[in-house]
Amino acid sequence: MGATFSEKLLAAKAGQSACRAGEIVTIEPDVVMSHDNSLAISLAFAKFGIERVKYPDRIVIVLDHAAPAPTEKYAANHKQIREFVRAQGIKNFYDINVGICHQVLPERGHVVPGSVIVASDSHTTTYGAFGAFAAGIGRTETASIWALGELWLRVPETIRIEISGALQPGVFAKDLTLHIIGQVGADGADYCAVEFCGPAIDAMEVGDRMTLTNMAIEMGAKNGYMTVDAKTEAWLAERGVTEYARYYSDADATYKQVLSIDCSALEPQLAFPHRVDNVKPLSEAAGLKLDQVFIGTCTNGRLSDLEIAARMLKGRKVCPSTRLLVIPASREIYLQAMRLGYLETIAEAGGVIMNSGCGPCMGAHLGAPAPEERVLSTANRNFKGRMGCREAEIYLGSPAAAAAGAITGEIADPREFL
Amino acid sequence: MQQQFSGKAWVFGDDVNTDVIFPGKYTYTINDPVEMAQHAMEDADPSFAGAVQPGDIVVAGKNFGCGSSREQAATCLKAAGVACVVAGSFSRIYFRNAINLGLPIVACPELVGRIQPGDTVSVDLANGRIGVNGVATYAFAPLPEEVFQILEAGGLVPYVKSRLEQQSV
Repeated sequence: MGATFSEKLLAAKAGQSACRAGEIVTIEPDVVMSHDNSLAISLAFAKFGIERVKYPDRIVIVLDHAAPAPTEKYAANHKQIREFVRAQGIKNFYDINVGICHQVLPERGHVVPGSVIVASDSHTTTYGAFGAFAAGIGRTETASIWALGELWLRVPETIRIEISGALQPGVFAKDLTLHIIGQVGADGADYCAVEFCGPAIDAMEVGDRMTLTNMAIEMGAKNGYMTVDAKTEAWLAERGVTEYARYYSDADATYKQVLSIDCSALEPQLAFPHRVDNVKPLSEAAGLKLDQVFIGTCTNGRLSDLEIAARMLKGRKVCPSTRLLVIPASREIYLQAMRLGYLETIAEAGGVIMNSGCGPCMGAHLGAPAPEERVLSTANRNFKGRMGCREAEIYLGSPAAAAAGAITGEIADPREFL
Repeated sequence: MQQQFSGKAWVFGDDVNTDVIFPGKYTYTINDPVEMAQHAMEDADPSFAGAVQPGDIVVAGKNFGCGSSREQAATCLKAAGVACVVAGSFSRIYFRNAINLGLPIVACPELVGRIQPGDTVSVDLANGRIGVNGVATYAFAPLPEEVFQILEAGGLVPYVKSRLEQQSV
């Protein structure tokens, strides 16, 4: 009987010849990442009564969630994190000027196919787009890995999602991602690995693939997974990642579920308030007034996302009754978008370009909506209070849907502006 | 560790996410568990934090704790005195966080929809039994041994401390 990607990789990491879904294995992760929560993690670490982290070179810390610090309190947190980083000799530290952790880790060569990455952030599933096993954990658990270098993992069952067909013009990876989450439901993949495959995935660029694995957690997944292909290899090679182990699911592997989706007829989708799996065609909300539009985050702040927004905003203006906030996911993307003129186009249209980081996504920083306001965001969550205000409504959609919303001041079909 | 609890039920629905259990706007500004407890369940039931009593039991439907990995969503309930969380199912990160903090957590799909607010819920961790108002009884699958050890130690901090002490002997 064959094995899945997760079964093979976790067996290898556990030093076993094989393992099966449901088994618990103890492994040493290759990378353990944390962000602004690193201060809380260091406070938990201090309770263990030891001085030094076990493997400083396996630790990556990125300051992104409230960066630069909005208040004295945040500034003090960041300062203490920098002091901890220095004291422990942690080389892989990215300060407030580098970008969102889930973009920065692959860009800086920390995401290697066939590796195990855990991080104190739920969107860690993103790295599955590169053939890594990547799962979110909590703060105390991160501290325990700093101390012991290992953790237990339950080997997940796998749901395979085969996506055939081709996305129509004006329909993007985000629409497909939302459609899948709507089908599977917020708990449909709890504890499972989700393997995305098929011609539609093969046709996608690496950045768009990351949108799918990023949001795998929104259906409860432990990790997302995609096969490494020539596009992944080329992307990684540019970051100096050239040597790695490859693990593939066997043709006769046991899957918990296999879903087949033809994306050819898919139209633009939105997640309606206040659930990510409350997904309907965008057309059902057309005409609803928008107070704020946000393009950015680890889900949709990449170059192709800014390109489409800039293309749509070229020669147009942001509706005066709507605020457009735009955040390139990393400094690398910021610079590329600047050189290519995307940022200039967006700013000329009236968009506000902000520094790379998580921004308004989870309500800790800037760009919060007011009560009774409605937001269209390219982020991954629309829970009540998510952006800092429990009386605001958040719709989730593609960068093109967001740009169309910014131009018209209401929810509108992006295909009219392409 | 205490393995039997009995308390008043606070009942919530399906897919209660960590943003409504502990809003993101507090995640980096509050590090004191007592202060976290003052915001517990703020965007799900604003009356909860002021009225919850030590020993009360949180009851919910499926997929409790979905969304963000924020551990404070478990810390705030523990600090509020919640004795145990009983739900149809849990998101995996929440499940780990609760165990790691020594917050007893029980998945029992059969119970969903059968507990009313204010009911008295009794939980017997060792024997895998839940009682409602001293009448109905439901069974649940015990935690895997590896996981139960962490809970039994009182959470991951005491568990890791004892492991480090063993390593240094």
